[in-house]
Amino acid sequence: MVQMNDVTMVYESSGATALQDVDITINEGEFVFLVGPSGSGKTTLIKLLTGEIQPSEGEITVNGFDMCRMKRRKVPKMRRTIGVVFQDFRLIDNMTVYDNVAFAMRVVGTSEKLIRERVPYVLNLVGLDGREKRRPQELSGGEQQRVAIARALVNSPRMIIADEPTGNLDPVRSLELMLLLEKINELGTTVLVVTHEKELVNAFSKRVVAIDSGRVISDGMDGYYSYE
Amino acid sequence: MSFASVTIIMACLLIMGSFSLVAVNINSLIKDLESQNEIVAFVNEDYSQSQAKALQPKIEAVDNVASAEFVSREQAMKNFMADYSKDQMEGIDESVFRDRYVIHLTDISLMAQTKTALESVTGVAKVNAHVDYANDMITVRNIVSVVTLVLIVILVIVSFFIMTNTIKLATFSRREEIAIMKMVGATNGFIRLPFVVEGLVLGLMGGVLAFFAEWGLYSLVTGKIMETIAGNFVEVVPFASVATPVLLVFLGVGILVGAFGGVNAIRNYLKV
Repeated sequence: MVQMNDVTMVYESSGATALQDVDITINEGEFVFLVGPSGSGKTTLIKLLTGEIQPSEGEITVNGFDMCRMKRRKVPKMRRTIGVVFQDFRLIDNMTVYDNVAFAMRVVGTSEKLIRERVPYVLNLVGLDGREKRRPQELSGGEQQRVAIARALVNSPRMIIADEPTGNLDPVRSLELMLLLEKINELGTTVLVVTHEKELVNAFSKRVVAIDSGRVISDGMDGYYSYE
Repeated sequence: MSFASVTIIMACLLIMGSFSLVAVNINSLIKDLESQNEIVAFVNEDYSQSQAKALQPKIEAVDNVASAEFVSREQAMKNFMADYSKDQMEGIDESVFRDRYVIHLTDISLMAQTKTALESVTGVAKVNAHVDYANDMITVRNIVSVVTLVLIVILVIVSFFIMTNTIKLATFSRREEIAIMKMVGATNGFIRLPFVVEGLVLGLMGGVLAFFAEWGLYSLVTGKIMETIAGNFVEVVPFASVATPVLLVFLGVGILVGAFGGVNAIRNYLKV
Protein backbone atom coordinates (compact mmCIF):
# COMPACT_ATOMS: atom_id res chain seq x y z
CA MET A 1 0.00 0.00 0.00
CA VAL A 2 1.17 3.49 -0.86
CA GLN A 3 0.15 6.74 0.79
CA MET A 4 1.51 10.06 -0.46
CA ASN A 5 0.40 13.22 1.31
CA ASP A 6 1.22 16.69 -0.06
CA VAL A 7 4.47 15.44 -1.55
CA THR A 8 6.70 18.05 -3.14
CA MET A 9 10.05 17.24 -4.65
CA VAL A 10 12.52 19.96 -5.53
CA TYR A 11 15.94 18.82 -6.76
CA GLU A 12 18.51 20.75 -4.79
CA SER A 13 21.16 20.61 -7.50
CA SER A 14 19.05 22.16 -10.24
CA GLY A 15 16.29 23.80 -8.19
CA ALA A 16 13.74 22.15 -10.50
CA THR A 17 10.37 21.23 -9.00
CA ALA A 18 9.63 17.68 -10.13
CA LEU A 19 6.49 17.10 -8.04
CA GLN A 20 4.11 19.55 -6.40
CA ASP A 21 1.58 18.73 -3.63
CA VAL A 22 0.96 15.19 -4.81
CA ASP A 23 -1.66 13.14 -2.95
CA ILE A 24 -2.00 9.53 -4.06
CA THR A 25 -3.28 6.52 -2.16
CA ILE A 26 -2.88 3.04 -3.61
CA ASN A 27 -4.63 0.33 -1.63
CA GLU A 28 -3.49 -3.24 -1.17
CA GLY A 29 -4.39 -5.35 -4.20
CA GLU A 30 -5.08 -2.44 -6.57
CA PHE A 31 -3.96 -2.20 -10.20
CA VAL A 32 -3.02 1.39 -11.07
CA PHE A 33 -1.70 3.03 -14.21
CA LEU A 34 0.40 6.13 -13.63
CA VAL A 35 0.42 8.12 -16.85
CA GLY A 36 1.89 11.36 -18.05
CA PRO A 37 4.16 12.79 -20.73
CA SER A 38 7.94 12.75 -20.53
CA GLY A 39 9.25 15.03 -17.81
CA SER A 40 5.95 15.05 -15.93
CA GLY A 41 7.51 13.60 -12.77
CA LYS A 42 6.77 9.88 -13.20
CA THR A 43 10.35 8.79 -12.68
CA THR A 44 10.74 11.03 -9.64
CA LEU A 45 7.62 9.46 -8.16
CA ILE A 46 9.06 5.96 -8.64
CA LYS A 47 12.35 6.98 -7.09
CA LEU A 48 10.46 8.29 -4.06
CA LEU A 49 8.57 5.02 -3.75
CA THR A 50 11.73 2.91 -3.94
CA GLY A 51 13.58 5.08 -1.44
CA GLU A 52 16.24 6.26 -3.88
CA ILE A 53 15.44 9.87 -3.00
CA GLN A 54 13.55 11.62 -0.22
CA PRO A 55 10.84 14.23 -0.74
CA SER A 56 11.48 17.88 0.02
CA GLU A 57 8.08 18.10 1.72
CA GLY A 58 5.20 15.82 2.57
CA GLU A 59 4.75 12.28 3.85
CA ILE A 60 5.18 8.97 2.04
CA THR A 61 4.34 5.53 3.42
CA VAL A 62 5.14 2.41 1.40
CA ASN A 63 3.96 -0.95 2.74
CA GLY A 64 4.02 0.44 6.27
CA PHE A 65 7.49 2.05 5.99
CA ASP A 66 7.65 5.77 6.70
CA MET A 67 9.90 6.81 3.80
CA CYS A 68 10.79 10.19 5.32
CA ARG A 69 11.81 9.10 8.80
CA MET A 70 13.11 5.63 8.02
CA LYS A 71 16.79 4.95 8.81
CA ARG A 72 19.05 4.23 5.82
CA ARG A 73 19.71 0.71 7.02
CA LYS A 74 15.98 -0.07 6.90
CA VAL A 75 15.86 0.69 3.16
CA PRO A 76 16.83 -2.89 2.09
CA LYS A 77 14.03 -4.28 4.28
CA MET A 78 11.54 -1.92 2.67
CA ARG A 79 12.75 -2.81 -0.83
CA ARG A 80 12.09 -6.47 -0.21
CA THR A 81 8.39 -5.60 -0.03
CA ILE A 82 8.41 -4.21 -3.58
CA GLY A 83 9.48 -5.60 -6.93
CA VAL A 84 10.66 -3.22 -9.64
CA VAL A 85 10.59 -3.78 -13.40
CA PHE A 86 12.36 -1.40 -15.78
CA GLN A 87 11.98 -0.53 -19.44
CA ASP A 88 15.50 -1.79 -20.19
CA PHE A 89 14.97 -5.09 -18.28
CA ARG A 90 18.28 -4.78 -16.38
CA LEU A 91 19.19 -8.45 -16.52
CA ILE A 92 22.70 -9.75 -15.89
CA ASP A 93 23.98 -10.89 -19.29
CA ASN A 94 26.39 -13.56 -18.13
CA MET A 95 23.81 -15.32 -15.97
CA THR A 96 21.19 -17.77 -17.17
CA VAL A 97 17.49 -17.02 -16.88
CA TYR A 98 17.31 -19.26 -13.83
CA ASP A 99 20.27 -17.54 -12.16
CA ASN A 100 18.98 -14.06 -12.94
CA VAL A 101 15.80 -14.89 -11.04
CA ALA A 102 17.57 -16.87 -8.31
CA PHE A 103 20.02 -13.97 -7.87
CA ALA A 104 17.27 -11.85 -6.30
CA MET A 105 16.67 -14.59 -3.74
CA ARG A 106 20.36 -15.27 -3.09
CA VAL A 107 21.18 -11.65 -2.31
CA VAL A 108 18.55 -11.56 0.42
CA GLY A 109 19.91 -14.76 1.91
CA THR A 110 17.24 -17.30 0.90
CA SER A 111 18.21 -20.97 1.23
CA GLU A 112 19.08 -22.88 -1.97
CA LYS A 113 16.33 -25.39 -1.17
CA LEU A 114 13.70 -22.67 -1.22
CA ILE A 115 15.24 -21.14 -4.35
CA ARG A 116 14.99 -24.50 -6.17
CA GLU A 117 11.28 -24.63 -5.33
CA ARG A 118 10.37 -21.03 -5.95
CA VAL A 119 12.26 -20.11 -9.16
CA PRO A 120 10.65 -22.77 -11.41
CA TYR A 121 7.24 -21.85 -10.03
CA VAL A 122 7.70 -18.16 -10.87
CA LEU A 123 9.20 -18.91 -14.30
CA ASN A 124 6.15 -21.05 -15.01
CA LEU A 125 3.88 -18.24 -13.85
CA VAL A 126 5.40 -15.78 -16.34
CA GLY A 127 5.39 -18.38 -19.12
CA LEU A 128 9.10 -19.09 -19.40
CA ASP A 129 9.09 -22.87 -18.91
CA GLY A 130 12.03 -24.49 -20.63
CA ARG A 131 13.98 -21.22 -20.90
CA GLU A 132 15.86 -21.67 -17.60
CA LYS A 133 19.27 -22.33 -19.15
CA ARG A 134 19.12 -19.58 -21.77
CA ARG A 135 21.01 -16.34 -21.40
CA PRO A 136 19.20 -12.99 -21.72
CA GLN A 137 20.60 -12.18 -25.16
CA GLU A 138 19.18 -15.45 -26.54
CA LEU A 139 15.66 -14.29 -25.65
CA SER A 140 13.23 -11.90 -27.35
CA GLY A 141 12.48 -8.53 -25.74
CA GLY A 142 9.15 -9.77 -24.44
CA GLU A 143 10.79 -12.82 -22.89
CA GLN A 144 13.51 -10.72 -21.31
CA GLN A 145 10.90 -8.53 -19.72
CA ARG A 146 9.18 -11.64 -18.38
CA VAL A 147 12.45 -12.66 -16.75
CA ALA A 148 12.58 -9.22 -15.15
CA ILE A 149 9.01 -9.66 -13.91
CA ALA A 150 9.87 -13.12 -12.57
CA ARG A 151 12.81 -11.61 -10.73
CA ALA A 152 10.64 -8.84 -9.30
CA LEU A 153 8.07 -11.41 -8.22
CA VAL A 154 10.29 -14.13 -6.83
CA ASN A 155 10.64 -12.71 -3.32
CA SER A 156 6.83 -12.42 -3.02
CA PRO A 157 6.67 -8.64 -2.81
CA ARG A 158 3.48 -6.90 -1.77
CA MET A 159 3.72 -4.54 -4.73
CA ILE A 160 5.18 -4.56 -8.23
CA ILE A 161 6.28 -1.24 -9.69
CA ALA A 162 6.78 -1.41 -13.45
CA ASP A 163 8.48 1.63 -15.00
CA GLU A 164 7.59 1.77 -18.71
CA PRO A 165 7.71 -2.04 -18.94
CA THR A 166 6.49 -2.10 -22.53
CA GLY A 167 8.71 0.70 -23.79
CA ASN A 168 10.92 -1.69 -25.76
CA LEU A 169 8.18 -4.08 -26.91
CA ASP A 170 5.89 -4.25 -29.93
CA PRO A 171 2.12 -3.78 -29.39
CA VAL A 172 1.29 -7.50 -29.27
CA ARG A 173 4.05 -8.29 -26.76
CA SER A 174 3.05 -5.21 -24.78
CA LEU A 175 -0.50 -6.43 -24.49
CA GLU A 176 0.69 -9.89 -23.44
CA LEU A 177 2.91 -8.36 -20.80
CA MET A 178 0.07 -6.24 -19.46
CA LEU A 179 -2.14 -9.34 -19.27
CA LEU A 180 0.61 -11.03 -17.28
CA LEU A 181 0.74 -8.10 -14.86
CA GLU A 182 -3.04 -8.27 -14.57
CA LYS A 183 -2.79 -11.97 -13.74
CA ILE A 184 -0.18 -11.22 -11.08
CA ASN A 185 -2.50 -8.59 -9.67
CA GLU A 186 -5.34 -11.07 -9.55
CA LEU A 187 -3.11 -13.34 -7.47
CA GLY A 188 -3.03 -10.58 -4.84
CA THR A 189 -0.02 -8.38 -5.59
CA THR A 190 -0.55 -4.62 -5.89
CA VAL A 191 0.61 -3.42 -9.32
CA LEU A 192 1.66 0.08 -10.31
CA VAL A 193 2.43 0.50 -14.01
CA VAL A 194 4.05 3.69 -15.20
CA THR A 195 3.51 4.28 -18.90
CA HIS A 196 2.67 6.82 -21.55
CA GLU A 197 1.09 4.34 -23.95
CA LYS A 198 -2.45 5.54 -24.25
CA GLU A 199 -3.87 2.62 -26.27
CA LEU A 200 -2.58 0.10 -23.80
CA VAL A 201 -4.04 1.96 -20.81
CA ASN A 202 -7.38 2.34 -22.52
CA ALA A 203 -7.50 -1.38 -23.35
CA PHE A 204 -7.84 -2.14 -19.64
CA SER A 205 -10.51 -0.84 -17.33
CA LYS A 206 -8.26 0.14 -14.50
CA ARG A 207 -7.64 3.10 -12.27
CA VAL A 208 -5.59 5.76 -14.06
CA VAL A 209 -3.66 8.48 -12.26
CA ALA A 210 -2.44 11.17 -14.65
CA ILE A 211 0.28 13.62 -13.76
CA ASP A 212 1.64 16.56 -15.65
CA SER A 213 4.23 19.15 -14.67
CA GLY A 214 4.57 17.47 -11.29
CA ARG A 215 0.85 17.66 -10.37
CA VAL A 216 -1.92 15.07 -10.34
CA ILE A 217 -4.35 16.25 -13.01
CA SER A 218 -6.80 13.37 -12.88
CA ASP A 219 -7.42 10.19 -10.91
CA GLY A 220 -10.26 8.02 -12.07
CA MET A 221 -11.50 4.47 -12.22
CA ASP A 222 -12.81 4.79 -15.80
CA GLY A 223 -9.59 3.48 -17.28
CA TYR A 224 -9.42 6.27 -19.77
CA TYR A 225 -6.33 8.28 -20.53
CA SER A 226 -7.07 11.21 -22.77
CA TYR A 227 -4.01 13.33 -22.32
CA GLU A 228 -2.48 14.43 -25.61
CA MET B 1 42.97 -5.46 -13.20
CA SER B 2 43.93 -7.58 -10.22
CA PHE B 3 47.46 -7.73 -11.59
CA ALA B 4 47.57 -3.92 -11.69
CA SER B 5 46.30 -3.61 -8.11
CA VAL B 6 48.82 -6.11 -6.77
CA THR B 7 51.68 -4.48 -8.67
CA ILE B 8 50.76 -1.02 -7.45
CA ILE B 9 50.43 -2.08 -3.82
CA MET B 10 53.71 -3.91 -4.15
CA ALA B 11 55.45 -0.88 -5.68
CA CYS B 12 54.15 1.49 -3.00
CA LEU B 13 55.14 -0.86 -0.20
CA LEU B 14 58.54 -1.35 -1.75
CA ILE B 15 59.21 2.39 -1.92
CA MET B 16 57.82 2.84 1.57
CA GLY B 17 59.86 -0.06 2.91
CA SER B 18 63.05 1.11 1.23
CA PHE B 19 62.73 4.58 2.75
CA SER B 20 62.05 3.06 6.14
CA LEU B 21 65.07 0.79 5.90
CA VAL B 22 67.27 3.71 4.92
CA ALA B 23 65.91 5.51 7.98
CA VAL B 24 66.54 2.46 10.17
CA ASN B 25 70.13 2.40 8.98
CA ILE B 26 70.64 6.11 9.53
CA ASN B 27 69.19 5.71 13.00
CA SER B 28 71.48 2.84 13.80
CA LEU B 29 74.43 4.83 12.49
CA ILE B 30 73.52 7.79 14.66
CA LYS B 31 73.02 5.52 17.67
CA ASP B 32 76.50 4.21 17.03
CA LEU B 33 77.91 7.71 16.89
CA GLU B 34 75.97 8.62 19.99
CA SER B 35 77.52 5.81 21.94
CA GLN B 36 80.91 7.26 21.09
CA ASN B 37 79.80 10.58 22.42
CA GLU B 38 81.26 10.51 25.91
CA ILE B 39 81.29 13.00 28.71
CA VAL B 40 84.16 13.50 31.12
CA ALA B 41 83.79 14.18 34.85
CA PHE B 42 86.94 15.58 36.52
CA VAL B 43 87.60 14.67 40.15
CA ASN B 44 88.53 17.33 42.77
CA GLU B 45 92.24 18.08 42.60
CA ASP B 46 92.82 17.48 46.33
CA TYR B 47 91.33 13.94 46.22
CA SER B 48 93.81 11.07 46.50
CA GLN B 49 93.58 8.33 43.88
CA SER B 50 91.84 5.96 46.28
CA GLN B 51 89.32 8.69 47.19
CA ALA B 52 88.79 9.33 43.51
CA LYS B 53 88.24 5.65 42.79
CA ALA B 54 85.67 5.51 45.59
CA LEU B 55 83.47 7.87 43.60
CA GLN B 56 82.70 5.20 40.98
CA PRO B 57 79.48 3.80 42.56
CA LYS B 58 78.16 7.35 43.18
CA ILE B 59 78.72 8.29 39.56
CA GLU B 60 77.23 5.06 38.28
CA ALA B 61 74.19 5.69 40.46
CA VAL B 62 73.38 8.89 38.57
CA ASP B 63 70.38 8.52 36.27
CA ASN B 64 71.08 7.90 32.59
CA VAL B 65 74.70 6.83 33.17
CA ALA B 66 75.33 3.70 31.12
CA SER B 67 78.94 3.20 32.15
CA ALA B 68 81.69 5.09 33.96
CA GLU B 69 85.35 4.27 33.45
CA PHE B 70 87.97 5.59 35.87
CA VAL B 71 91.03 7.18 34.22
CA SER B 72 93.95 8.10 36.47
CA ARG B 73 96.18 11.18 36.02
CA GLU B 74 98.99 9.03 34.68
CA GLN B 75 96.77 7.30 32.16
CA ALA B 76 95.26 10.65 31.12
CA MET B 77 98.73 12.04 30.45
CA LYS B 78 99.70 8.98 28.43
CA ASN B 79 96.56 9.28 26.35
CA PHE B 80 97.18 12.97 25.83
CA MET B 81 100.82 12.53 24.86
CA ALA B 82 99.93 9.89 22.35
CA ASP B 83 98.10 12.59 20.40
CA TYR B 84 100.89 15.19 20.51
CA SER B 85 104.59 15.21 19.86
CA LYS B 86 107.00 14.61 22.71
CA ASP B 87 108.79 17.99 22.53
CA GLN B 88 105.57 19.92 22.99
CA MET B 89 105.11 18.03 26.21
CA GLU B 90 108.46 18.76 27.75
CA GLY B 91 108.45 19.75 31.39
CA ILE B 92 104.86 18.70 31.88
CA ASP B 93 104.15 16.10 34.54
CA GLU B 94 101.00 14.26 35.40
CA SER B 95 100.11 16.64 38.26
CA VAL B 96 98.76 18.95 35.55
CA PHE B 97 96.11 16.33 34.82
CA ARG B 98 93.28 15.28 37.04
CA ASP B 99 91.79 11.93 37.82
CA ARG B 100 88.63 11.58 35.76
CA TYR B 101 85.75 9.40 34.74
CA VAL B 102 84.81 8.78 31.12
CA ILE B 103 81.08 8.35 31.10
CA HIS B 104 78.73 6.97 28.45
CA LEU B 105 75.06 7.80 28.55
CA THR B 106 71.99 5.71 27.90
CA ASP B 107 70.08 8.56 26.25
CA ILE B 108 72.06 11.47 24.89
CA SER B 109 69.00 13.67 24.64
CA LEU B 110 69.16 13.94 28.45
CA MET B 111 72.80 14.97 28.39
CA ALA B 112 72.24 18.43 29.89
CA GLN B 113 70.30 17.05 32.88
CA THR B 114 72.85 14.30 33.43
CA LYS B 115 75.65 16.84 33.32
CA THR B 116 73.97 18.88 36.07
CA ALA B 117 73.36 15.74 38.13
CA LEU B 118 77.01 14.70 37.81
CA GLU B 119 78.20 18.18 38.79
CA SER B 120 76.26 17.90 42.03
CA VAL B 121 78.10 14.71 43.03
CA THR B 122 80.52 15.62 45.89
CA GLY B 123 84.07 15.17 44.68
CA VAL B 124 83.30 16.04 41.04
CA ALA B 125 84.90 19.35 40.21
CA LYS B 126 83.92 19.84 36.60
CA VAL B 127 82.03 18.04 33.86
CA ASN B 128 82.88 18.38 30.17
CA ALA B 129 80.01 17.47 27.89
CA HIS B 130 79.31 18.30 24.25
CA VAL B 131 75.68 19.14 24.77
CA ASP B 132 75.48 21.04 21.47
CA TYR B 133 76.91 18.11 19.57
CA ALA B 134 74.42 15.79 21.23
CA ASN B 135 71.59 18.12 20.33
CA ASP B 136 72.72 18.20 16.71
CA MET B 137 72.65 14.43 16.62
CA ILE B 138 69.16 14.40 17.99
CA THR B 139 68.06 16.99 15.45
CA VAL B 140 69.39 14.87 12.60
CA ARG B 141 67.65 11.82 14.01
CA ASN B 142 64.38 13.69 14.39
CA ILE B 143 64.55 15.06 10.85
CA VAL B 144 65.15 11.58 9.47
CA SER B 145 62.21 10.23 11.48
CA VAL B 146 59.85 13.01 10.41
CA VAL B 147 60.82 12.77 6.72
CA THR B 148 60.34 9.00 6.81
CA LEU B 149 56.99 9.33 8.54
CA VAL B 150 55.73 11.94 6.06
CA LEU B 151 56.86 9.80 3.13
CA ILE B 152 55.15 6.74 4.57
CA VAL B 153 51.89 8.63 5.10
CA ILE B 154 52.00 10.02 1.55
CA LEU B 155 52.73 6.60 0.08
CA VAL B 156 49.95 4.94 2.07
CA ILE B 157 47.49 7.58 0.85
CA VAL B 158 48.72 7.23 -2.73
CA SER B 159 48.44 3.45 -2.69
CA PHE B 160 44.99 3.74 -1.11
CA PHE B 161 43.73 5.97 -3.92
CA ILE B 162 45.33 3.89 -6.64
CA MET B 163 43.84 0.78 -5.07
CA THR B 164 40.44 2.48 -4.91
CA ASN B 165 40.67 3.42 -8.55
CA THR B 166 41.81 0.04 -9.78
CA ILE B 167 39.00 -1.68 -7.89
CA LYS B 168 36.62 1.02 -9.14
CA LEU B 169 37.57 0.13 -12.70
CA ALA B 170 37.01 -3.52 -11.90
CA THR B 171 33.62 -2.78 -10.36
CA PHE B 172 32.49 -0.53 -13.20
CA SER B 173 31.44 -3.56 -15.20
CA ARG B 174 29.54 -4.85 -12.20
CA ARG B 175 27.66 -1.65 -11.39
CA GLU B 176 24.50 -3.03 -13.02
CA GLU B 177 24.75 -6.08 -10.84
CA ILE B 178 25.18 -3.86 -7.78
CA ALA B 179 22.20 -1.72 -8.82
CA ILE B 180 20.06 -4.86 -9.16
CA MET B 181 21.21 -6.07 -5.77
CA LYS B 182 20.23 -2.74 -4.23
CA MET B 183 16.89 -2.86 -5.99
CA VAL B 184 15.91 -6.27 -4.67
CA GLY B 185 16.87 -5.30 -1.14
CA ALA B 186 20.39 -6.61 -0.55
CA THR B 187 22.05 -4.92 2.41
CA ASN B 188 25.14 -2.77 1.84
CA GLY B 189 27.21 -5.17 3.90
CA PHE B 190 26.19 -8.08 1.68
CA ILE B 191 27.08 -6.16 -1.49
CA ARG B 192 30.35 -4.87 -0.04
CA LEU B 193 31.64 -8.20 1.23
CA PRO B 194 32.99 -9.68 -2.04
CA PHE B 195 34.72 -6.39 -2.91
CA VAL B 196 36.27 -6.16 0.54
CA VAL B 197 37.47 -9.76 0.31
CA GLU B 198 38.85 -9.11 -3.17
CA GLY B 199 40.68 -5.99 -1.98
CA LEU B 200 41.96 -7.85 1.04
CA VAL B 201 43.35 -10.73 -1.00
CA LEU B 202 44.96 -8.36 -3.51
CA GLY B 203 46.46 -6.33 -0.66
CA LEU B 204 47.76 -9.46 1.01
CA MET B 205 49.37 -10.68 -2.20
CA GLY B 206 50.92 -7.24 -2.78
CA GLY B 207 52.31 -7.34 0.76
CA VAL B 208 53.87 -10.78 0.41
CA LEU B 209 55.41 -10.00 -2.97
CA ALA B 210 56.72 -6.64 -1.71
CA PHE B 211 58.34 -8.41 1.24
CA PHE B 212 60.35 -10.75 -0.99
CA ALA B 213 61.21 -7.94 -3.39
CA GLU B 214 62.38 -5.80 -0.48
CA TRP B 215 64.48 -8.65 0.82
CA GLY B 216 66.21 -9.09 -2.53
CA LEU B 217 66.67 -5.39 -3.11
CA TYR B 218 68.01 -4.74 0.39
CA SER B 219 70.49 -7.60 0.24
CA LEU B 220 71.66 -6.46 -3.18
CA VAL B 221 72.11 -2.80 -2.21
CA THR B 222 73.73 -3.46 1.18
CA GLY B 223 76.00 -6.06 -0.41
CA LYS B 224 77.17 -3.46 -2.93
CA ILE B 225 77.74 -0.88 -0.18
CA MET B 226 79.79 -3.29 1.90
CA GLU B 227 81.97 -4.06 -1.12
CA THR B 228 82.93 -0.40 -1.47
CA ILE B 229 85.16 1.66 0.76
CA ALA B 230 82.15 2.80 2.78
CA GLY B 231 81.95 -0.73 4.14
CA ASN B 232 84.92 0.06 6.33
CA PHE B 233 83.11 2.85 8.15
CA VAL B 234 79.48 1.91 8.27
CA GLU B 235 77.73 -1.11 9.51
CA VAL B 236 74.40 -1.93 7.81
CA VAL B 237 71.54 -3.44 9.73
CA PRO B 238 71.15 -7.07 8.56
CA PHE B 239 67.79 -7.82 6.88
CA ALA B 240 67.15 -10.73 9.22
CA SER B 241 66.89 -8.38 12.19
CA VAL B 242 64.17 -6.28 10.51
CA ALA B 243 62.44 -9.03 8.51
CA THR B 244 59.61 -9.70 10.98
CA PRO B 245 58.53 -6.06 11.44
CA VAL B 246 58.86 -5.45 7.68
CA LEU B 247 56.69 -8.48 6.89
CA LEU B 248 54.06 -7.55 9.48
CA VAL B 249 53.88 -3.92 8.37
CA PHE B 250 53.69 -4.91 4.68
CA LEU B 251 50.92 -7.40 5.32
CA GLY B 252 49.07 -4.99 7.61
CA VAL B 253 49.27 -2.05 5.22
CA GLY B 254 48.44 -4.31 2.25
CA ILE B 255 45.35 -5.70 3.96
CA LEU B 256 44.14 -2.31 5.19
CA VAL B 257 44.73 -0.53 1.89
CA GLY B 258 43.12 -3.41 -0.01
CA ALA B 259 40.06 -3.72 2.20
CA PHE B 260 39.40 -0.01 2.56
CA GLY B 261 40.14 0.49 -1.13
CA GLY B 262 37.44 -2.09 -1.86
CA VAL B 263 34.94 -0.38 0.44
CA ASN B 264 35.76 3.02 -0.98
CA ALA B 265 35.55 1.86 -4.59
CA ILE B 266 31.92 0.79 -4.40
CA ARG B 267 30.74 3.57 -2.09
CA ASN B 268 29.18 5.52 -4.95
CA TYR B 269 27.29 2.52 -6.27
CA LEU B 270 25.74 1.93 -2.85
CA LYS B 271 24.17 5.37 -2.63
CA VAL B 272 21.05 4.47 -4.62
